[in-house]
Amino acid sequence: MHPEKQKHGFEPKIIAFVCTWCTYAGADLAGTSRMQYPSNVRVLKFPCTGRIDPVFILKAFQQGADGVLVSGCHPGDCHYIAGNFHARRRFAAFRKLLEFIGVDLHRLQFSWVSAAEGGKWVEVVTDLTEKVRAMGPMNEFKELALEEQWSGSINTPELKEAYNQI
Amino acid sequence: MSRIGVFVCHCGENISRTIDVERVAAEVGKLPGVALATDYKYMCSDPGQNLLKKAIQEQKLTHVVVAACSPRMHEKTFRKAVESAGLNPFLCEMANIREHCSWVHENREEATAKAIDIVGMMVERVKKNRILPAITVPVTKRSLVIGGGIAGIQAALDIADCGHEVILVEREPSIGGHMAQLSETFPTLDCSQCIMTPKMVDVANHPMIKLYTYSEIELVEGYIGNFQVTIKKNARSVDENKCTGCGVCMAKCPQKKIPNKFDQNIGMRTAIFVPFPQAVPNTPVIDRDNCTMFKTGKCGVCQKVCGPGAVDFEQQDRLVVEAVGAIVVATGFDLYSIAEKPKGSPIKGYGEFGHGKIPDVIDGMTFERLASASGPTGGKILRPSDGREPKQIVFIQCIGSRAREKGISYCSKVCCMYTAKHTMLYHHKVHDGQAYVFFMDARTPGKSYDEFWRRSIEEEEAVYIRGMVSRLYQKGDKIVVMGSDIAVGVQVEIEADMVVLATAVQPQKGADILAQKLGISYDKYHFYSEAHAKLRPVECATAGIYLAGACQGPKDIPETVSQASAAAAKVMTLFSKDQLEREPIVARVRDANCVACFACKKVCPYGAVEEKEIRDRQGNLVKVVAYVNPGVCGGCGTCQATCPSKSVELDGYTDEQIVAMIEAL
Repeated sequence: MHPEKQKHGFEPKIIAFVCTWCTYAGADLAGTSRMQYPSNVRVLKFPCTGRIDPVFILKAFQQGADGVLVSGCHPGDCHYIAGNFHARRRFAAFRKLLEFIGVDLHRLQFSWVSAAEGGKWVEVVTDLTEKVRAMGPMNEFKELALEEQWSGSINTPELKEAYNQI
Repeated sequence: MSRIGVFVCHCGENISRTIDVERVAAEVGKLPGVALATDYKYMCSDPGQNLLKKAIQEQKLTHVVVAACSPRMHEKTFRKAVESAGLNPFLCEMANIREHCSWVHENREEATAKAIDIVGMMVERVKKNRILPAITVPVTKRSLVIGGGIAGIQAALDIADCGHEVILVEREPSIGGHMAQLSETFPTLDCSQCIMTPKMVDVANHPMIKLYTYSEIELVEGYIGNFQVTIKKNARSVDENKCTGCGVCMAKCPQKKIPNKFDQNIGMRTAIFVPFPQAVPNTPVIDRDNCTMFKTGKCGVCQKVCGPGAVDFEQQDRLVVEAVGAIVVATGFDLYSIAEKPKGSPIKGYGEFGHGKIPDVIDGMTFERLASASGPTGGKILRPSDGREPKQIVFIQCIGSRAREKGISYCSKVCCMYTAKHTMLYHHKVHDGQAYVFFMDARTPGKSYDEFWRRSIEEEEAVYIRGMVSRLYQKGDKIVVMGSDIAVGVQVEIEADMVVLATAVQPQKGADILAQKLGISYDKYHFYSEAHAKLRPVECATAGIYLAGACQGPKDIPETVSQASAAAAKVMTLFSKDQLEREPIVARVRDANCVACFACKKVCPYGAVEEKEIRDRQGNLVKVVAYVNPGVCGGCGTCQATCPSKSVELDGYTDEQIVAMIEAL
């Protein structure tokens, strides 16, 4: 057990959107090399960073993520020729929007991690986790999500029954 | 209602050591829709796969989640197993709890919690998975080979000998590449031209090889099995069909003092020229930058003397489109020119060695041309400055290579061997001369290589000095080389007549631009990247494109030939079937939602988006929508993230699936 780890009162939830060819493979390499990093991160695999819709980032924050990481191939290395360039452009604009509505951009990180950079993956994930841990939980979007859910909560036995039938 | 089966793998102890797999199975079993959640020691083993198949049939499972290693490892294995049990393979997903969890976390509590999350996420995802039928595409059984050096020639001959047509494209006026420039080859000292030119003639005469020389790749479209390649045939100014190769035009051309690139610019050629006498094809090219006719509009001597009337000053560059199913890239190498610092390159120049300033400081390839019987000196080793025979010659190794501070950290692999060869060639031609070699390490792995190197020292009297050169300067007609011999610990000063630098092997200029056209990846030096360094060394990550020779990394001739034959074998494997099955991860457009803004068309890196007209029964146009050609689509999903009306969906990565995953967290 890690005595220093237990000291933290707050364990942030980090969601990582990664491309399958570079960063996912880089994270796999971190695994095969038995590197260690905080367990707060949950990885979602995409074919390419170009597939990542900014809406997913908002959705992640709504679902209680305290930090979001988007990572793909280095510029020029995209398996799909140019998907990461589209992603880069899209997120450059999206960051401005987030900043405008008052989101602390430190919670959202973009990086390039190649399939050979297991060490960099560990570094990026560890840095973001520690940074977000220091910032504390992000509640603004969670509250929004709760407001949205007023019609969708499953609080009666009939609804629960119906849901289980899905 | 979905009946999901979750199978949690122990992976021996790899997963179960840090993750409580039984608890994971128990927790996940509580999720709605999960009909079965169990754990097993080795899911990928035969009994493990049988357990999976049996459960699908007995429990009537509709979806499967295997929580084990990375999908990059065993996704195919489990999808195959699921398919053999009668389910569509895309109804199976893997939850990566090994590489992304058990191997990277030590705390059992945390790791187990994370594993439950990961598996839960995949359960929610798999609920939204749809049946995806396999897509088959026809294979065009013709191939393109880019580069006409020994790698390209070998690959082209191997494929053509199997009875499939090959398009061989070479940028220079003749095929042959660097190997045609070499004098003799290590470790047997057989003449390069003697073993190379017959192969070149074989290419020219082969009924299944279509040769495009003085041509470049303009555009590559399509995908494995179905590429469309646009080739730019540069204007030769000589009609290939009429020219007989008699050479009268070259004899009469008044421009005779143009440095010949083939002879490393120490030999001269005319403005209408073939790079060397054994060129294939033996059709001259007019160098328009140096031709009097093109510069002043007056001359035309070659046209007047040409019997068949082949010279055509009006000829234009032509574009040709060829349909091929596979591409072999064999663009080879170039030597690092240390005289000039390439613009914008992180690689620093080596001005301190006087290359480019002192005429008798030459590089290894120039020495090859001097030693070659067909070279500008007829095989005599003579100084470029005054034509005298050098009596003391210094070879310096690792110029550019293995020098991190100069920008190249790799070993160029062939220099130790060719320098040993140079000392021998020199000793054979200048009997009273003395060769010195400054070296860091002699690297001579390879069959008969070390023996060859030892021979250069023991029998051919080359003096090897371990240490690098610190300074080199001209003094009268001598070149003073100062260095240290670290084996003895003394300073050395040699008054040399000639200095030969073993400059680094680099990819061809423009290798990056070609890679971008092909959609293949390359490293920071612009060497092309193979799909797997050990297990897939001749394939690119881009399907249908293969690598041969030094474009992938420094290589000697035997290695290059082996790799070229391997690439040819890969092409033949592809051509052994008429239909190719590809992953059905492609984008689809919902016609009803599409507003025809074609934002998807602008971002699609494959040009897979077309415009489709929807008409009613009377044939009236109802609307125009986007259409994704499933054969061309690469499956990146950029279109879906770009679509403002959310009308495009990438199968296997739909919004539904991803949102389900996010909501599961």
